[in-house]
Amino acid sequence: MSTQVSVKKVKTAGKSKNPRILLLLVLPGLFYLGLFFITPFASLITTSLQAPVLGGGIGVYQPAWEFGNYVFVVTEYFDQIVRSFVYATLATSLALAISYPIAYFIGVKARNKPVLQALLLTLVIAPFFISFLLRTFAWKQVFSQNSWFSTLLRDLGLMAENEFLLGSSFVVIFGLTYNFIPFMTLPLYTNLERLDTALLEAGSDLYAKPSSTFWKVTFPLSIPGITSGTLLTFIPIAGDFVTASGSFLGSPNTSMLGNVIEANYILIQDFPSASALSVLLMAAIVVLVSIYIRRTGTEDLL
Amino acid sequence: MSKFSLGKYLLPTYIFLAFIFLMFPIAYTFVFSFNDPFKNTPGWQGFTFDNWTGVCNNEAVCEAFGNSILIAVTATIVSTILGTMLAIAVTRYEFKGRSATNLLLFLPLATPEVVMGAGLAAQFFNVGVPRGLGTIIIGHILFTLSFVVVTVKARIATLDPRLEEAGRDLYAPPTQVFMKITFPLLLPGIMAAALLSLALSFDDYIVTAFNSGTEITFPKYVYAAALRGIPPEANVIGSAVFIFAIALVLVFQLGGALKRKRIAKLAK
Repeated sequence: MSTQVSVKKVKTAGKSKNPRILLLLVLPGLFYLGLFFITPFASLITTSLQAPVLGGGIGVYQPAWEFGNYVFVVTEYFDQIVRSFVYATLATSLALAISYPIAYFIGVKARNKPVLQALLLTLVIAPFFISFLLRTFAWKQVFSQNSWFSTLLRDLGLMAENEFLLGSSFVVIFGLTYNFIPFMTLPLYTNLERLDTALLEAGSDLYAKPSSTFWKVTFPLSIPGITSGTLLTFIPIAGDFVTASGSFLGSPNTSMLGNVIEANYILIQDFPSASALSVLLMAAIVVLVSIYIRRTGTEDLL
Repeated sequence: MSKFSLGKYLLPTYIFLAFIFLMFPIAYTFVFSFNDPFKNTPGWQGFTFDNWTGVCNNEAVCEAFGNSILIAVTATIVSTILGTMLAIAVTRYEFKGRSATNLLLFLPLATPEVVMGAGLAAQFFNVGVPRGLGTIIIGHILFTLSFVVVTVKARIATLDPRLEEAGRDLYAPPTQVFMKITFPLLLPGIMAAALLSLALSFDDYIVTAFNSGTEITFPKYVYAAALRGIPPEANVIGSAVFIFAIALVLVFQLGGALKRKRIAKLAK
């Protein structure tokens, strides 16, 4: 389906043939990706199989075929691996639930008000322009032990004196959801903006309840938007280590795969473990993404 | 009937609350850029303009900011050029390996930054490249490249092929068609891609953390400071960058919206 469409587009656009220009256009980019994207994967795989040098210092490893590294990281970091995917699933679902009405409002309801539409769209992307770390730090202040918010919760009796908001799964999932909402809203908006409102009118003309028009017309048509939004949200969340770090909203109890990779690579300099975890994370994502894209029938997103 | 009116107010109320939620940390950062720095305790200590007028009294923040700008500008120039070329190639040319190229361009978007960062670091370590500004820039070009390709590709898809055909029909040579028709039409897409790339690069912590060595960038500074409390000067820089970028986007967006409004009026 997708190939047919694109072939047609290329034909009407006038197929260019000059192979020399084509090479000039593609080669620099492909060379770059080959050198700094493909070969690093090979480096990750070889590093993940390295073994420590006997009597060597910290961070000294030699080439080997140490497949046991994978068994080690999976057993050692099982909790963090599971937690990463649980957090990513929950935060992605929350982001979808929060973003859908926003995207619907901007893309469909505000369609006849271009100025309002442009303004709201700018507000959706506004968080991109202020450091992600500063935004996360702002939430840290809100949830810290002596903040007005914590005091309010204690005064209302919703939280015990010795309970902490910071470092809890709840606050980390909250932070992850907040940070990735724009990545969900934008693709949803792009999709809903093209929704043919005549179809909605047809639904109500045929006496369908607004809710059944939504579930039978709007929602199925927006599935490509939902798919790209969930991918753009899920993948970075699964590898995030800022939100769940102890310096921001997390604690050792909320440590995710990204935190473990960072700690192993940068602090402990256990390069093989960090690399093995990275390879596993990438493999899991490739498998999940391909199943997901097949299931939702959105292969042409590629 | 009553249900209808409930629905009428429900969505706008929700939108209003959702935007307050989205804007809260931005407002927080802006407000705390005016916090009095001399009392080194957390929370609001008093209003002052000193952080804004004397940002660079905090030399570390300013140096980190300078590095981040240098990295973002360099990485954006390279990734915008390479990405635009790739986007044109995969949409305008048919060649063996086009779908493989498309897949290769999609893959970085599906790769968590932590994997990209660790992979590059492992590569630099194996080859013996010392980490510094250069290796940070290499990493930033890598993760912004695919975003540029996607953005420019989307713009190319909206181009009316008849405009270029008209040029060719008038015997304009291909270079002239490209320079006078295609490129100016692509320019808004290229600008959007460059802006996105600047924002992504400026804000990156993850890839930087693995490939920066001892070099400091603005996000790296903030990350290190977060444990004990972020100095107000960092909030100043965050707010200033935000105001600058948002002004740029508003000019583009509102300009486009007003144009559409005028066209709609003319159509009536």
